Amino acid sequence: MLKRMTRLVSGARQLDPGRFLHGEPQAPQSLAAHLDNQVPDESPRATSCTSEDDPARHGEQHEGQHYRIPLQDLRTVFPHGLPPRFGMQVRTFNEACLMVRKPALELLRYLKNTNFAHPAVRYVLCALDGETGTGKTLSLCHVIHFCAKQDWLILHIPDAHLWVKNCRGLLQSAYNKLRFDQPVEASSWLKDFKTANERFLSQIKVQEKYVWNKRESTEKGRPLGEVVEQGLTRVKNATDAVGIVLKELKSQSGSGAFRLLVAVDGVNALWGRTTLRREDKSPMAPEELALVHGLRKMVRNDWHGGAIVLTLSQTGSLFKPRKAYLPQELLGKEGFDALDPFIPILVSNYSPEEFESCVQYYLENSWLQHEKAQTQEGKKELLFLSNANPGQLERLCAYL
Amino acid sequence: MAAPCVSCGAAASYRLFLGGGVSLARRQGVWKAAAAELQTGAGFQILRLRHTTGVTTKKNVAALRRETYTVDFIKKQIEEFNIGKRHLANMMGEDPETFTQEDIDEAYGKLLEAEKHQNQLQAKGLFSEKTKTKNLIGSRWLIKEELEEMLVEKLSDQDYAQFIRLLERLLTLYGGAEEEFVQRFRRSVTIQSKKQLIEPVQYDEQGMAFSTSEGKRKSAKAEAVVYEHGSGKIKVNGIDYLLYFPVTQDREQLMFPFCFLDRLGEHDVTCTVSGGGRSSQAGAIRLAVARALCSFVTKEEVEWMRQAGLLTADPRVRERKKPGQEGARRKFTWKKR
Repeated sequence: MLKRMTRLVSGARQLDPGRFLHGEPQAPQSLAAHLDNQVPDESPRATSCTSEDDPARHGEQHEGQHYRIPLQDLRTVFPHGLPPRFGMQVRTFNEACLMVRKPALELLRYLKNTNFAHPAVRYVLCALDGETGTGKTLSLCHVIHFCAKQDWLILHIPDAHLWVKNCRGLLQSAYNKLRFDQPVEASSWLKDFKTANERFLSQIKVQEKYVWNKRESTEKGRPLGEVVEQGLTRVKNATDAVGIVLKELKSQSGSGAFRLLVAVDGVNALWGRTTLRREDKSPMAPEELALVHGLRKMVRNDWHGGAIVLTLSQTGSLFKPRKAYLPQELLGKEGFDALDPFIPILVSNYSPEEFESCVQYYLENSWLQHEKAQTQEGKKELLFLSNANPGQLERLCAYL
Repeated sequence: MAAPCVSCGAAASYRLFLGGGVSLARRQGVWKAAAAELQTGAGFQILRLRHTTGVTTKKNVAALRRETYTVDFIKKQIEEFNIGKRHLANMMGEDPETFTQEDIDEAYGKLLEAEKHQNQLQAKGLFSEKTKTKNLIGSRWLIKEELEEMLVEKLSDQDYAQFIRLLERLLTLYGGAEEEFVQRFRRSVTIQSKKQLIEPVQYDEQGMAFSTSEGKRKSAKAEAVVYEHGSGKIKVNGIDYLLYFPVTQDREQLMFPFCFLDRLGEHDVTCTVSGGGRSSQAGAIRLAVARALCSFVTKEEVEWMRQAGLLTADPRVRERKKPGQEGARRKFTWKKR
């Protein structure tokens, strides 16, 4: 009875809204000081972090645990950076820890058992019931890290929505008068592609002659690296360079010299609408963009020797209602027919063990400073407020 | 002179005052005359000599001091007299503002009698100073209309105030001997908490216990069904509460009743809500959920919830815009010209 009364009394004292858990008034300076003072101690990390750093060896026993991506790998495998909020977390904690979750493990299993003689299988990561922030992009990143470790050639478009909105400097394509070039996006992508796949660029040889202009051309048999260099130096030809790269990779992946992974985040952008307009202010359809056109061909399963992993995302999409989450709604009829058949992989909110592990990870990194965060009631409050949604939990625990 | 600095309410003060007060009564007449003279001769700064004996022997030194009545001296004495009058009024339980000369005379008569009575009682050993406040909880004094009705005569506000003061004084004195007499003039007040309506628990087809109730806030109406055993899932209008309330503040409002009772994650809720905006919908659901939770919870916890304000409907509504003003309170910009 007395214990109950005291709990209620403490509950009564909680009427002050400032006492609720999610307010983290942690100034960055004090956090840094805390980190400096903290002696690196490996044993408490055993509960939420695993020491297995190779994604190839991740199995069910690692489910719910975080594994660390070495920071040099980050620069080569993810040159364009990770999703912005995760990138902030990486910079804060000075390490990149991804949680091993069921959808990613499922995908890894499929990838390990792919038959490279068959056409590329398409895997689409999607979420249930309109939830956002469930971890689709980070699962994709996990898969990409695995493939990079296995020495695949990674073709990663971090966000396809960036190619269909807010583009400046549209040029009419020299190759095809009806299409439009995007020099800025194409050149930045070529730069990232080069950083990610340095070693393949000298191995793969171009199979045709490409004439850029009156003075420059790439002969047959030259390494692919030259095409990429051409695209980077002559920004006007960047989009064409991207198109050439895609074509060459597609045709040569079947030869068996390398394995190709095509990873596109927000693939519904390719079949949606754009916010770009022509000079006469008429709206542009996505197929009139050369980059989108090339990517659509890439995502078709008429090649073999690799896999295609895609993500559907409503968050950056254009002209789609917030509640849309089904593949048909997000891709539209045309897109769904183009992608059909595919294997949908459901990414949902944290299970209780995963939630516990995530909170433990934050506590170990001294990210949650509220004294109630370690108690069971505090964790229950966090669980209620975020409903076990990874994105919401991260925002709740973020600094103000 | 007279000792005006007495503290009220103690028996000792009566004696102290009486010792000086009797002499005050005698000298009163003298002062009044002096005051009248001062007021008539206000323009002149002349010393007014009263008793001009001029003898400076030791016996008459005190008398000599009294002889020079300066204007300031008289003024000071008048002030002290007024203060003393106010103290007397306080002690008698009268209103200090309207204490007239007749009241002073009456007061002295009563005080002398009271002192005699007190001496008798002290001789008998019945005098006690206990204060009883226990009888006053849960009841209130009669209001003026009720008292008029009881006594079948018209009362003025001052009479009523005087009456209540005397009754309160009576309670504090003499060990509550006249308690039943005083209680006749008090009415009981029902304790607010006993009025709390608790919903009955219902059972659905699978035998799950649940409870329904409604809540309102501004123009939002909500109806919540709280199941006794569950895992903390909440569905609003068929949609998960994380998707329906993307703002953390609204979800905190939903969390408050459960958090207060330490029952996070033990109940399932299904609710429907309509009207209002996002914040008022959250408030309406919170009220509905708290009311529904009353049926699963002990009486003390219901009382705790009521005191925390979980069970009270928020009466605030949008205030109407008035003509001549830009909004409900905001006036138009004032221009000097």
